[in-house]
Amino acid sequence: MSSPHVLTPGSSVSTIMLLVLAALLPAIAVYYFYFGPGILISLALASVTALVAEAAMLQLRNYPVKYFLTDGSAVLTAWLLALSIPPLAPWWLIVVGTAFAIIVAKHLYGGLGNNLFNPAMVGFAVLMISFPSYMTQWTAPLLLSHHPVGFSETLQYYFSGTLQGVKLDAVTMATPLDAMKTRLNLQHTMSEVTNMPIFGMFGGKGTEAIAAMYLLGGLFLWQRRIITWHTPVSFLVALALVATLFNGIDPNRYAPPMFHLFTGGAMLGAFFIATDYVTSPTTPLGKLIFGASAGFLVYVIRVFGGYPDGIAFAVLIMNAAVPLIDAYTQPRVFGHDSRTKP
Amino acid sequence: MRTLHKFHGGVHPPDHKTESSRLPIAAAPLPQRLIVPLRQHIGTPATPIVKVGDHVLKGQMIGAADDFISAAVHAPTSGIISAIEIHAVPHPSSLPDLCITIVSDGDERWIERQPLDYRTADPDAVRARLRDAGIVGLGGAVFPTHVKLSPGQQKIKTLILNGAECEPWITSDDLLMRERAAEIVAGIKIMAHLIQPEEVLIGIEDNKPEAIAAMQAACQSTGFEVVTVPVLYPSGGEKQLIKMLTGKEVPSGQRTVNIGVLCSNTGTAYTMHRAVDHGEPVISRIVTVTGNVTKPQNFEALLGTPLGELVQLAGGARPDTSHYLIGGPMMGFGLNNLDAPLTKATNCLIAVSPALFPPKPAAMPCIRCTQCAQACPCNLQPQELFWFSQSKNFDKARAYNLFDCIECGCCDYVCPSHIPLVSFFRFAKSEIATQDREIMAAEQAKQRFEFKQMREKRERAEKAARMAEKTAAARAAAAANPDDPVAAAKKAAIQAAVERAKAKKAEAVAALSPSPQPSPTRGEGANEKGACFDLPPSEQSTAPENNTEPS
Repeated sequence: MSSPHVLTPGSSVSTIMLLVLAALLPAIAVYYFYFGPGILISLALASVTALVAEAAMLQLRNYPVKYFLTDGSAVLTAWLLALSIPPLAPWWLIVVGTAFAIIVAKHLYGGLGNNLFNPAMVGFAVLMISFPSYMTQWTAPLLLSHHPVGFSETLQYYFSGTLQGVKLDAVTMATPLDAMKTRLNLQHTMSEVTNMPIFGMFGGKGTEAIAAMYLLGGLFLWQRRIITWHTPVSFLVALALVATLFNGIDPNRYAPPMFHLFTGGAMLGAFFIATDYVTSPTTPLGKLIFGASAGFLVYVIRVFGGYPDGIAFAVLIMNAAVPLIDAYTQPRVFGHDSRTKP
Repeated sequence: MRTLHKFHGGVHPPDHKTESSRLPIAAAPLPQRLIVPLRQHIGTPATPIVKVGDHVLKGQMIGAADDFISAAVHAPTSGIISAIEIHAVPHPSSLPDLCITIVSDGDERWIERQPLDYRTADPDAVRARLRDAGIVGLGGAVFPTHVKLSPGQQKIKTLILNGAECEPWITSDDLLMRERAAEIVAGIKIMAHLIQPEEVLIGIEDNKPEAIAAMQAACQSTGFEVVTVPVLYPSGGEKQLIKMLTGKEVPSGQRTVNIGVLCSNTGTAYTMHRAVDHGEPVISRIVTVTGNVTKPQNFEALLGTPLGELVQLAGGARPDTSHYLIGGPMMGFGLNNLDAPLTKATNCLIAVSPALFPPKPAAMPCIRCTQCAQACPCNLQPQELFWFSQSKNFDKARAYNLFDCIECGCCDYVCPSHIPLVSFFRFAKSEIATQDREIMAAEQAKQRFEFKQMREKRERAEKAARMAEKTAAARAAAAANPDDPVAAAKKAAIQAAVERAKAKKAEAVAALSPSPQPSPTRGEGANEKGACFDLPPSEQSTAPENNTEPS
């Protein structure tokens, strides 16, 4: 009977996870609208895999399975991974990625609260390195597709690996980030690239609307005080600043900042991945350093690296630096003159 | 309008204050038996100055404050002392303590009450009056007020009266300010007279409009300023209130007087007024009885009233009551025994039911969400402190300023993983305190041992010096008087004895050839013994003296 004797009504780990999942729903709806039912199948497969892997690991580790399974953290990992990989892929791709995320990246590192690296991004990195061909086949937006893929066809592709009557190439297209990189390397000018039909207002057609929904969901999480402003703001500001700098130096070779903010996983990364509690710093200054560094790395990988997008690798690199960042950014405690030294 | 400064963090728990603040303060009837603990304050317990069987008057001192940091206790009513024994008391430790039990005679006969004019009296006489009237801080710490109002050389710029009452459920200060504002202000005048501050501020949370209005009316033409502070737990924490009102932070490990501020509770001011202007010691207080009782209300009850009787006055506890809390739900402690009496520190008694106070679900792992860090009014990082406390990495916990934690409970309150953070911090603090004591004890033992070795060395040296001096003196004497007949006779006798021994030895050698060697073991054993103690036998007897040596 030790104080305090009260607790915040309705506050729990599962409440937080459910709110984050809810914040992803608008983006999923828009994703479905632009790219068809593939994302729903992917989300379902990922969720089931995550729950099975989580339950098995909890059982093996002698944890109360039901109590931990309902915390929602495994499903969140699954959703973040499903939203990061192409929506049309063989079933085992998302299953392997999710299982690796839950079993290795989460539980082998100590389970909830103890993993050093973001499980969803570890799953993404494993797939990206192991199965790069599947990871770069993105379906074209339905509006541009000559052959929109329906639900049954998608399901068929997931489990048989073939599409009736058409080749996979007919329904997939390069992503805006991919197109930007390869076309610029082929000495196309910026306006030639951005005039391609896959480009929308700032980013890709469809993907920029999804990015806007991630932004909306992120603002909801900030308003509900699930996340603080530090990480997303520093992430996006750093990304935009570097983009502005290079765009200013040579606008024909470097895309404008709005392009970088609204393509690929920038918004998802800023609001949902870099803000992951367990794998990001806890101090306000640490969050700023973490977010800004990740945003900077995203630009470097996108523009100068080998991969079209850099969210996963930028976040994973920064995850490794979190203990150090935390140790050197302790705030000034009440009644003290300076910051706490490590 | 005064600009308020913000402190970091804070929480907004449901305040549940209207339950008990709707009704005015009621006078509790005289109980048959009053149990008065001798330790109702921080510092040395009062010494009993009555015997079992004595008849005492209402307000008569029954426990005296012998030490500087101590406060007297008094008979709350007239009657017979029936026991001076260990009895249950409301304390976080749940341990019983020495109490004086008085059986009331029902007459309520007072001692002679002598008002003291503090304006003309010597300030030390006023402080002595406070000590002898048992005045202690009623904000929760129960620190003797006469000590607090002796700031020594420190100049107090700001006197702050704490009427924030930020803990949920508690309304005793609120009701006291509403109903007895003039008397509180009279008490503040005494404080102000003793320490002569430049400004006097009265901080009240803005959820108490009646109390604010009453205090503002009472403060007119006094120069005291009532400052309304926004509702934010723990605004009533001393350091937090000072920060809000003055913008100053009490430096870590220091006291408020170091920054020229003195902070006292409004209830304390009221008791000071009763003690100085009316000659009445602290024998009663206002207590909120609320929670799972049928008629929550504030009562003015005599100290020593069994808490069970107060629950009955509040209509009794509902059947699903599991236990009781003393103080508020954020910082109060659990109570199982309603025989425990009302004390100076008891501002609130809450009946707990699972419906009103849902038990904490099983703890989940820390997910580093930093809700705790955002809520911490000290800007600590509870998630780090938890990590260090849990892994018993106490040096790190201390380096991350564990001892700046005020145990307000904000981190615990917001934790989505329901980790009992404050319990972890209390555990780490007590472990560190134990370690420190052990280190200090070891250090003292080491110093004692080294001192002992040094002294023994010195004594040996002195002894050797004395011996050498003696021998030298004897030789000198012999050399100076070669013709001394006594010395010559002695010398001759010794010489003769030596000759005899030599002759005897030669005889023995001749008779028993080969001669036996003296046993080596015996000599070595003796040496071992000496080495073991490293002391000549004559000095071993000095060992017990070590206890009394300075450390």
